[in-house]
Amino acid sequence: MGAAAGSAVADKAPQTVGDPLIRLRGVTKTYGTGATAFQALKGVDLDIAAGDFVAVMGPSGSGKSTTMNILGCLDVPTDGEFIFMGHHVESLDRDQRALLRRKYFGFVFQGFNLLARTSALENVELPLLYRGDAKAERREMAMAALDQVGLKEWWDHTPGELSGGQQQRVAIARAIATKPAVLLADEPTGNLDSERSIEIMELLADLNKNPGITVLMVTHEREMAAFARTIVHFKDGLVERVEAGHAQGERVG
Amino acid sequence: MLGTTFILALRSIRRHLLRSFLTVLGIVIGVAAVVAMVTLGKATTLQVQKSIASLGTNVLQIRPGQGFGRGGGGPRPPDFDPQDVEAIGKQITGVTAVAPQAQSSGTAIYEGQNWSTTINGTTNGYFQVQPWPLTSGRYFTPAEEASGKAVCIIGSTVYTNLYKTAPALGTRMRIAGISCDVIGILTTKGQSGFGGDQDDVVIMPIKAVQRRMTGNTDVRLILVGVDEAYSTAQVQASITDLLRERRHITGGKDDDFNIFDTKQISDTLSSTTTLLTNIVTAVAGISLIVGGIGIMNIMLVSVTERTREIGIRLAIGAVANEVLMQFLVEAVVLSCLGGLIGLVLGQLAVILLSVLGQLPFIFDVQINVIAFLISGAIGVVFGFFPARRAASLNPIDALRHE
Ligand SMILES: Nc1ncnc2c1ncn2[C@@H]1O[C@H](COP(=O)(O)OP(=O)(O)OP(=O)(O)O)[C@@H](O)[C@H]1O
Ligand SMILES: [Mg+2]
Repeated sequence: MGAAAGSAVADKAPQTVGDPLIRLRGVTKTYGTGATAFQALKGVDLDIAAGDFVAVMGPSGSGKSTTMNILGCLDVPTDGEFIFMGHHVESLDRDQRALLRRKYFGFVFQGFNLLARTSALENVELPLLYRGDAKAERREMAMAALDQVGLKEWWDHTPGELSGGQQQRVAIARAIATKPAVLLADEPTGNLDSERSIEIMELLADLNKNPGITVLMVTHEREMAAFARTIVHFKDGLVERVEAGHAQGERVG
Repeated sequence: MLGTTFILALRSIRRHLLRSFLTVLGIVIGVAAVVAMVTLGKATTLQVQKSIASLGTNVLQIRPGQGFGRGGGGPRPPDFDPQDVEAIGKQITGVTAVAPQAQSSGTAIYEGQNWSTTINGTTNGYFQVQPWPLTSGRYFTPAEEASGKAVCIIGSTVYTNLYKTAPALGTRMRIAGISCDVIGILTTKGQSGFGGDQDDVVIMPIKAVQRRMTGNTDVRLILVGVDEAYSTAQVQASITDLLRERRHITGGKDDDFNIFDTKQISDTLSSTTTLLTNIVTAVAGISLIVGGIGIMNIMLVSVTERTREIGIRLAIGAVANEVLMQFLVEAVVLSCLGGLIGLVLGQLAVILLSVLGQLPFIFDVQINVIAFLISGAIGVVFGFFPARRAASLNPIDALRHE
């Protein structure tokens, strides 16, 4: 268990020892209403401990992204409970969730989603800007994040001037610049070749070890899931089973 | 938070320079048009007023004949005589000064320099009716006026051409064959509104001009100064009655003289130019509104275009209000920048047109401030709707947007 991350989180909000960082209870999600209504999640129960590295797997349409969106406070469950660090997220309003995202979450997307025509540094600075950090501090933290993903030298390049793998690393730098508690990555390697993918996975694994960020990642590839400590399998809007990942085994063994 | 939004808005404008410029083109043109029209309108009004003012304000000009464009044919009506002038001065109330004029022309000569000029015979009343200070010397004395002594007060053009920079006061020059003492030099008045050089003149006592040049006692023009407290129309009516009586015009016969009221002309011309200015400004104002709609249109397109960007911002922690503010500030900054460019262009147009149209150049602070504020307000009004639309986007949908 990531003890370092656990204590880092503990000083942000009171938490009973042993409580998971994230707790989903009977979470459902229904898209649309009436005849076109579709239940994407059918009662998900899931606990994620602080410092864990979780890979979410499952067939297309099984509700992985839907769950990630709820976990990232981008969306709310139709029913059920989502408790994050003691907050009942399902009862928070739009702006409160935005503030929670700003403080505790970093996002990495399949399509990178960097701002075009904007330098790597300015992209990484963006969440710090919204958080209200002063210019010098912003610069320093953004450069540190770029350094962590190995792109310090590339700070003034725009996404158009970077390879896919580099863009995804800038996106990761942006996600970790605010020193979030949780990093959410929905198919972060979906647009990359396997060599680039492994580099990204190694980066995520590093971030999970130090500074101990809790990482949740959706992937279709077993090879990538093997980097995780916990693998959650989804099927038809439900958690089918949870298994220990390769990384966990390695550690234990 | 406003500082952050400001930075973001400026970055976004800088990154899309062409788009930004096209967005505000309408505002640029609208502001430039409004500023140019209003300023040129004011300059024209000023020009007209200046032309009229050079004739003196509250001045009646009385001439024989039926006036501009009327009458014609038949024998020319007689000029006035000195008794008419005296009668106006004595019998009409509300008159501050009366200046008869007899004109001639001739060559002025001093130490080998020649200059042909206009000779204006009048009285000190002339300088009261339309004040004209001296750079040096003095006006006529009552004795000089009474005796018709050959003394002259010279305009600055005459002075420069005859004397260059040499002292003129106390010298004796020849004019139209007679010699006269220079007693005063007038300050420069410049071009009259009607094109003539007002400083190209030698002014002498009217009696001197009548006796030694025109050879009669006719008065071609009478200037009458009207007291501010009296209406020029009323004074004009009394003078008309007096002159009709003195010139024996009875019953329904037309006047054989005309009275030109500079104030009335000035008022008429000013109100006409003001009306024209207002109409043209209104048209230019409409283009400002069209410019505002242009901003809204492009901002709306840009919200759609930037949906994914908005999604990213929301996902990494912007609250809805920050997105709203960013778009709003962007619209306001854009339209203010457009306004500024418009002000500069408008000013350039004013400079160009006032040179071409020989209008006085004026910088009207008021219209510049107003036009700038309006462009800012347009940004707020027309930027709000697109900004609210951007802020109301759902982050997940926005992120998924292609
Ligand atoms: N906004 C939406 N409106 C309607 N239906 C939706 C919406 N988002 C997702 N769904 C449906 O919910 C189900 C689960 O979608 P989700 O994106 O969570 O799947 P996923 O496990 O991430 O699949 P994939 O591996 O293809 O990404 C799918 O059937 C999808 O069609
Ligand atoms: Mg998905």
